[in-house]
Amino acid sequence: MKCGNEILPERIESIRYSQCSGDGSGIKCESESVSGAVSQRACVYCGARVVLNPITDAFHIVHGPIGCASYTWDIRGSLSSGDEGYRNSYSTDLRETDVIFGGEKKLTAAIDEVMARHSPRVIFIYATCIVGVIGDDIDAICRNAEEKYQIRVIPVKSPGFSGTKKTGYKMACNAIMNLITPSILPEKTADVNILGDFNLAGEMWIIKNYLRKIGISVAANITGDARVDDLKNAPAAKLNLVQCAGSMTYLAKQMEETFAIPFIKISFFGVTDTSDSLLRIAYATGDKNVIERAKAFIEEEKNRVIPLLDKYRKNLVGKKAAIYVGGGFKAISLIRQFNEFGMKTVMVGTQTGSKEDYELIQHLVDEDAVILDDANPAELEAFMTEMGADILVGGVKERPLAYKLGIAFCDHNHERKHPLSGYEGTLNFASEINLSMNSPVWEIISQGGMKYV
Amino acid sequence: MLNLTPKEVSKRSALRINPLRTCQPVGAMYAALGVHGCLPHSHGSQGCCSYHRTFLTRHFKDPAIASSSSFTEGASVFGGGANLKTAVRNIFDIYDPEIIAVHTTCLSETIGDDLTGYIQDAKITEGKYVVHTNTPSYVGSHITGYANMISGFIKYLSESTGDKNGKLAVFPGFVNPGDMREMKRIMTLMGIPFTMLPDSSGVMDSPMTGTYEMFPRGGTTVAEIIDLGNCQSALALGEMTSEAPAETLEKKCKVPYQTLPLPIGVESTDAFIMALNHFCKEEVPYALEEERGQLLDIMLDSSQYSHEKTAAIFGDPDTVLGITQFVLEMGMIPKYVVTGTPGSTFDKRVTELFEKYQVEGCVVKSASDLFELHQWIKNDPVDVMIGGTYGKAVARAEDIPLVRAGFPIIDRYVHSYLPIVGYKGAMRLIELILTAIMDRQDRDCADEDFEIVM
Repeated sequence: MKCGNEILPERIESIRYSQCSGDGSGIKCESESVSGAVSQRACVYCGARVVLNPITDAFHIVHGPIGCASYTWDIRGSLSSGDEGYRNSYSTDLRETDVIFGGEKKLTAAIDEVMARHSPRVIFIYATCIVGVIGDDIDAICRNAEEKYQIRVIPVKSPGFSGTKKTGYKMACNAIMNLITPSILPEKTADVNILGDFNLAGEMWIIKNYLRKIGISVAANITGDARVDDLKNAPAAKLNLVQCAGSMTYLAKQMEETFAIPFIKISFFGVTDTSDSLLRIAYATGDKNVIERAKAFIEEEKNRVIPLLDKYRKNLVGKKAAIYVGGGFKAISLIRQFNEFGMKTVMVGTQTGSKEDYELIQHLVDEDAVILDDANPAELEAFMTEMGADILVGGVKERPLAYKLGIAFCDHNHERKHPLSGYEGTLNFASEINLSMNSPVWEIISQGGMKYV
Repeated sequence: MLNLTPKEVSKRSALRINPLRTCQPVGAMYAALGVHGCLPHSHGSQGCCSYHRTFLTRHFKDPAIASSSSFTEGASVFGGGANLKTAVRNIFDIYDPEIIAVHTTCLSETIGDDLTGYIQDAKITEGKYVVHTNTPSYVGSHITGYANMISGFIKYLSESTGDKNGKLAVFPGFVNPGDMREMKRIMTLMGIPFTMLPDSSGVMDSPMTGTYEMFPRGGTTVAEIIDLGNCQSALALGEMTSEAPAETLEKKCKVPYQTLPLPIGVESTDAFIMALNHFCKEEVPYALEEERGQLLDIMLDSSQYSHEKTAAIFGDPDTVLGITQFVLEMGMIPKYVVTGTPGSTFDKRVTELFEKYQVEGCVVKSASDLFELHQWIKNDPVDVMIGGTYGKAVARAEDIPLVRAGFPIIDRYVHSYLPIVGYKGAMRLIELILTAIMDRQDRDCADEDFEIVM
C-alpha cells in the first residue's frame, strides 16, 4: 500500500509505517478523532460506565435519552460473586418535554422510585451529552438525595463530547475517590488493592487466588466484582496494583497523594508478565515468606503450564499477529505473549494508548511492524492484508472485519469467553488463537471463498 | 440475575428499567446500511456511532460501518457545522461512498444544528450525494429513526418525471435481511417489478468471499431511490414503521400507497400476496399456494401442542403485532403483548386482535419495559416468551422457554439470515415455538409420560 491512498492526510502522524512516519518525533496520540473517520473509539460516558458498572451492589442510573442506557446494558461480561443488581439497566429515559423543560424533576423522581423499591447504599448518576447542554444541576440533585435518604448519591459527569474515553475513566476515578475517601485515614490492615481488573470472565478471581496462595491480602478490587463495603476499605491497603494502566493510573496517583498508598503497574497476561508481576508484588511487601512462596508458586505453575503451552506452540510458531485493543498496556502485554509463543507481531494499534506506551511498543516489535493510534477499519484492513496477519486480537467491532478478510480472531475485550489472565489465562489464550487459526473452515475458504472447489 | 424485580407492580413515572427499545439513530444507521454504496454518518459525539455499530454488529454478526462527526466541547458550543464539513470531505476522500446518509443525535438536535444548511454548504463531489434526517434520541425509538431515515432518502432523492416505471415500491419494515430476501423471493415468484427501500440483504448478511468489501454488493441503489418517484404504487409493510416513508413518497411524488401489517403468519401473508396479486393481476403461482397449504398442514398437525398455550410477546411494534396475530392463528393465547416504542396505534391494533379472536385476560402495552413485563409474569406466568435476547434474563429467572424472534438477538447465530415473514417464515416461526414448548415438555414431564412419538 502506498502512503496516502487509503490514509487520510490528518491521520499520517498517528501511524508509524516505514513509508510514512511523520517527522520521526513519535506517534501522534491522545488527541481527538478526525471528523468523518470510521473510528473504533467510544465516548466519555462509555469510559465512565465501563469502570463503574462492575460495582455490583450500587445502582447505576443513566440520566439521558434511552439509548445511552440500552447500549451499555449488561454487555461487559464483568462477573459478580454476589449482587446482580448492576446487570439491570436504569435510565431516566429523557423525552422531548424533559429536554425543553429540564430533566431535574425526572431525575429526582427516578431516585425516589429506586428508593421506594430497594435500599441501595450508593447510587451513581451518569450525566450524558444533553444533560450537559440543557444544564441540569445534577450536583444539587445528588446532594438533596443524599440528605433525604442518608445514602451516597454520586454524580458522574460524563457528557460524551467532553473529551475521549480516557476523560470518562477520570470521571469514574473521581467518583470512586468521592466514595472511598474517609474522614480519618484508617490503619494499614491489608496488603494490596487491585486496580483496573474488571473481572471479565472471572479474571479477578484468578488473580486474587494467586495472591491468596502467596499470602497477600486484598482490601478492594477496583472495580471487578466490587462491593461498596470493600471499596470503602481501600484506604487501608499498603500498596496499589495497577493492571489496566490506561484507566487506573489516575486513580492510583490520587490514592497515593490522599491515602499515601504507593502503586506499581503490573500485568497478568502471559507467563512472563504474570511471573514478573507476582515477584514484584512479593518483593514490594518486603516479607521473606511471601517472596519464598511466590517463587515456589511461580516455579510450580511454570512447570505445569509451559509443557502444555508447548503443545500449542508448534501450531503457533512463525504465525503473524495483529493487535487492535483499547489501551496501550494491554497491547504491550499481548506483544510479549506472542513473543512467548514464537509469533511475530506485525501490526499494533490502540484506541487510547499514550506516548510512553507507543515508545515501548516500538522497542518490542520489529522495525517493519505497523503501529497506529485510533485506527479505522480501512486502515486495519489495508495493513493487516499487507502485513499478512494470520490473526487479529481485538474487540467486538473488529471481529467481523477480520473474518471477512479471512483472518482468524480472538476477542480480548468485553466478549472474551474465557479468562485470559494468569497462567490459566495464557493457556486459554493459546488454545483460543490456535482454535481460531486452525478452524477447518479456513481450509474451505482458502480454496476459493465462494467459488466451488 | 433479575432477583431485584419485585412482584408487586407499582407505578413508575420517571424510571425506565430494562428498556425494550433504544434510540432513533441506530435505526437510521440500519436503514442507511440498506442503501448500496452508502456510508451512514452520525452527527454527534463519537460514542453514539461506536455504540450503534457495536449494537448492529452484535445482532447481525457482520461489520456495521459508519462514520462520526466526533463532537468535542467546541462543537457543542459553536455548533457542528465545521465538523460536518470536514467529515464530508474526509469521507469522500478516503472511503469514497456513493452517498453519505447523515443522521442527527440528541446532542446535535439540542444545540440546534441546521443540517439542511450545512449540507447545502458542504463540498460534495460531482455525482455523489449527501442526505440527512433528524433523529433526536429523545423522541420515538429506533423504529422512528429507521422510518425517518427512509423518508430522508426520499425527500432528498426521489423524483417523479411523469413517466411511470411500472414498479411497485416496497417498504419492508424494520426486519432482518433474511425477511427482505423472502419478500423479494415472493415478489419475484409473482413476476412483480419492484424497488425495496431499504434492502439490507447482501449488506448485513453478506457472504464470506475472502475479501472485505466496505460497501458490499447489496442495498437499494441511489438510481432506484430516485426512480421511486415513478413507481406505480407503494406498499408499506408495517403500519408503525413503514407508513411514514410511504406518506412522504406520496406527498412528494404522488405515488399512492397501501398499508399492510408485516406479513407474519397466515392472514397477514395472505393480505400481502393479495395486494401483490392486485398489482400484477396474474394468477398466484402454485408454488405459493403450495407453501400456504403446507403451513396450514403443519398448524393442524401440531395444534394439540400449541392450542391454548400462553405467550408473552415483546419487541418492536410491527414485529410484535405480526407475531401476536400468528400465535392467535395457532390457537395460542398472547397473554402479554408489549413494545418499548411509544404510540397508541400499537395498543389499538393489538386490542383489535384480542377482540377478533375473543381471547380474554390478555394485556397490551406500548412504551413498556422488560421490568414491567417481568413483574406481570411473576404474578401470572406464561408457557413461552417470544422476543429478543434481553428477555433471556426474565426467561431464566422464571424458568420459561424463550423463542428468539425480532431485534436485537445478540446471543445466537443464523437468525438474521432466515425469515419469519411469508409462509416459509411462518413455518420457521412455528418450528421455533413448537420446539421450545415441546423440548420443555420432554424435559419436565414424568418418566411415565415421556413419549417417543409426539
